[in-house]
Amino acid sequence: MTVRMYNRMVVLMLTVLAHDRIFGALGDATRRDIVRRAIEGEEGVAELAEHYSMSFAAVQKHIAVLDRAGLVKKHRIGRRKVVRTNLEGLRVARRLLDQYEELWRARIDRMNELIAEMASAIDTAETKESKR
Amino acid sequence: MTVTAVRKDPERLTLTIEAEFDASAERVWQLWADPRQLERWWGPPTYPATFTKYDLAPGGRVEFYMTGPAGDQPHGYWDVLEVEPPHRLLLRDWCVNADGTPDTDKPLNTIHVDIEEVAHRRTRMSIEIVFPSTDAMEQALAMGTDEGLSQAVSQIDAILAGEIIQR
Repeated sequence: MTVRMYNRMVVLMLTVLAHDRIFGALGDATRRDIVRRAIEGEEGVAELAEHYSMSFAAVQKHIAVLDRAGLVKKHRIGRRKVVRTNLEGLRVARRLLDQYEELWRARIDRMNELIAEMASAIDTAETKESKR
Repeated sequence: MTVTAVRKDPERLTLTIEAEFDASAERVWQLWADPRQLERWWGPPTYPATFTKYDLAPGGRVEFYMTGPAGDQPHGYWDVLEVEPPHRLLLRDWCVNADGTPDTDKPLNTIHVDIEEVAHRRTRMSIEIVFPSTDAMEQALAMGTDEGLSQAVSQIDAILAGEIIQR
């Protein structure tokens, strides 16, 4: 990996992590840490597990969750298998969540309009009723 | 502002959005329980939804389609897992293949709705959406997302990409 590439990845990671802080995302701290450590992609599951006080199986499970989500990938280097952060996957997930946020914000706006509109329709009906 | 909190967890592919309404829990529940009201908010004006089957009971099914500006009509359905009016709803969202057969392979997402009256005529609704994969997210977004939104997002993407390269 070139220095330039590495710098770009770090900046990208920082952007993503900053974004999380801004929105108060409550992601699992261990998984976030694994994603961060696996940027360099030089450690296998066993080596990664050594960084944490939890069991090997628990770390393995976290990695499996990340793998399924497409956020880390396992690469073979000779006889070893290393875990590497899939930056593109992380970026895609973020972008999609942002799109979903917009979609649901628009839905909630429409819900609000509907509640207001129906409430005023009831008020009008009640006013007419009381005038009779 | 109605939306009070948004949490995005890219590692669990989960979006949680909380909103508060000046209305009773029963009133907010009706937004989900009355298909004619659902049709007013589920799809954007450019992609309105039509609910053709509506059985909001545990084990029930809700079927709908959306109509796009070009006349395209993507179909979808929900499996209703849990219903506790006016407080809780658990749905699994599925898409229907182009040939009309339901896609039973992988759900698009699971939607968990919690409704709670926090004060007199003040109700909080929390919606948690969990996706099984980024592919499912793409697929669900393609359904009934108007062009304007995707354009805006791709613009943001371009800006972000530019920012990173410049540094």
